[in-house]
Amino acid sequence: MDTTQITDAPPPTPQPTAAEQKRNARGATRPGDRIFLGLSRGSGILLLVIMAAIAVFLTYRASLALSKNHGNFLTTFEWNTNVTPPSFGIAVLAYGTVISSIIAMVLAVPVAVAIALFLTHYAPRRLAGPIAYVVDLLAAVPSIVYGLWGALILVPHMNGLFGWLNDFFGWTGIFSWDQGAPRSLLTVGILLAIMILPIITNVSREVFRQVPQMHEEAALALGATRWEVIRMAVLPFGRSGVISASMLGLGRALGETMAVATVLSPDFLIHGSLLNPGGGTFAQNIASKFSEATEFGRDALIASGLVLFVITLLVNGAARMIIARRKEYSGANA
Amino acid sequence: MSNAAIAEKRPSTLRGASLPKWSPWAIAAGSVAVAVAVGAGAGLTKVQWGLISGLLFLVATYAIAAKVEGRRQAKDRIATGLVWVAFLVALVPLVSLVWVTVVRGVKVLDVYFLTHSMGLVADSQPGGGIYHAIIGSLEQVGLATLIAAPIGVLTAIYLVEYGRGRLAQAVTFFVDVMTGVPSIVAGLFILSLMLIFNMEPFGFAGSLALAILMMPVVVRSTEEMLKLVPNELREASLALGVPKWRTILKVVLPTSIGGITTGVMLAIARIAGETAPVLLLVFGNRFINNDPFSGPQQSLPLYIYQQYAAGNDYAYDRAWAASLTLIAFVMILNLVARGIARWKAPKTGR
Repeated sequence: MDTTQITDAPPPTPQPTAAEQKRNARGATRPGDRIFLGLSRGSGILLLVIMAAIAVFLTYRASLALSKNHGNFLTTFEWNTNVTPPSFGIAVLAYGTVISSIIAMVLAVPVAVAIALFLTHYAPRRLAGPIAYVVDLLAAVPSIVYGLWGALILVPHMNGLFGWLNDFFGWTGIFSWDQGAPRSLLTVGILLAIMILPIITNVSREVFRQVPQMHEEAALALGATRWEVIRMAVLPFGRSGVISASMLGLGRALGETMAVATVLSPDFLIHGSLLNPGGGTFAQNIASKFSEATEFGRDALIASGLVLFVITLLVNGAARMIIARRKEYSGANA
Repeated sequence: MSNAAIAEKRPSTLRGASLPKWSPWAIAAGSVAVAVAVGAGAGLTKVQWGLISGLLFLVATYAIAAKVEGRRQAKDRIATGLVWVAFLVALVPLVSLVWVTVVRGVKVLDVYFLTHSMGLVADSQPGGGIYHAIIGSLEQVGLATLIAAPIGVLTAIYLVEYGRGRLAQAVTFFVDVMTGVPSIVAGLFILSLMLIFNMEPFGFAGSLALAILMMPVVVRSTEEMLKLVPNELREASLALGVPKWRTILKVVLPTSIGGITTGVMLAIARIAGETAPVLLLVFGNRFINNDPFSGPQQSLPLYIYQQYAAGNDYAYDRAWAASLTLIAFVMILNLVARGIARWKAPKTGR
């Protein structure tokens, strides 16, 4: 009947050619679009190139130094680059870097988590806002200022603590003290802890703030106390976030230069005691040996910097993996 | 009859016994009083007073709460107490840092200090100033910003507006990793280039290292801002037949410009305090050098380090004053950036 009229086919549209289809799929058809896409993609690629270049050039200069090294790069306990034959190794630096960072983490993470909980769950509302703001600002204080403060204010104040540790825990060997100036790895660790505290606090606070309200209210409705709410709802949700925040802090502690260079009085020995001055870290060694280094000495320092680069890459990569995994499984995105 | 007896035994409310609201304050006041008494009696230091009062507070809280309210409540109270104590303990060094810098910094900080260099003054003498360092810092940080800000913003645009597939994933990952590159490693990278081309230290080399440190920060913050721009705006513009690049330039960027500015300023605040790359690449200079492309320059963080290393009271005074200047610069940048962020915050969909 009339249906034939209704189902009448519309006039056939011209089929796009293969070339046109390809262009449409790419989305960039106008010259302006292509230029802009090229510019922005180029910047992205430039970032990758820079990262690659850092690795390549550091490796190249490091290989120049390593080929002339008469000590074992990993196990030698000295840094003599101005003599012939030169001999240098990173054992002391690796030990100092790891120990001072571990001390910093042990001290900073629990306190930072506590402050983050304080800001999200305990502090009076009117107080929490301004304090969070101040913590934000403190994260921006330059490390050289922490270094200056650490060397001139913190170090003199460490005598009491060191004496106390020596009196009560000196028998362990780790905390024995020969009454030298307290410019030791422990002081460095404490200063690093103070430095990374604001960063870990900031990130943890953001994570705790994202805990679904429902979880907390459900726990409260079941009669949980505030501590039980935190233990059962907040901390499990925030655990991976806190871990990655700590890793970010660890990355900063590992690479910190000036604060360590001002506080530590270095030497090239591994000391059993954390309280006696001595030891060193990668970054501190580079900063303090640089001014007297020849071109070969600089290459040797670059070699130690390469090791630091690799360590921080691993730490940061691990932190990012943990964050990425959390994003996939967390209930917040559901 | 028996029913009535049971009813008698029940507590009058559903809740168990609880301590009055003022009890934490009372316990805190009590433990501080005891600690002061003990400390003053035994001649202990003020740090020990604080430690004793903190410990007393926690123990007393637990004992009293466990007695009156039960163990679960006691645990809750001790957790509250621990969190407060942690907060107060952490406050001590951070407040001390700011306080000491301000108090010691204002000693020599005046117009003379800001407008003179160290050219005619030895480190062991009073006088001198940071004019050369301010000039150096501004030039190096300014050049670094000129390099890093456009690259960072364009990369963020790529990631948000175009980025699909492997390349975008790789860029995202390496931007994250780059955020964690220690400043001294960025300095060593430029240093390795300078060693290859046999160059002497100069200001712009420092700028390059600072730019490497700044880029990932700019990318991160700009990305977050671009993601906040509602898709309806883009779609409306594209539906009117506006090319994508003009949509980005005329719709997306103006909407998020406040946030992007904030991100760039925070990144500037971060690199302004970096010492390590400047130490390796710019070397430091007692005289005023206005040309960042030739000859060593000075910069504020490096000046602080060198004055500290000089190791006498006059130099320490100058180091503190320079620290105060640097902190003030960073804080003002931060405050202005946050102000802009609040003022220009993009309106999200709802």
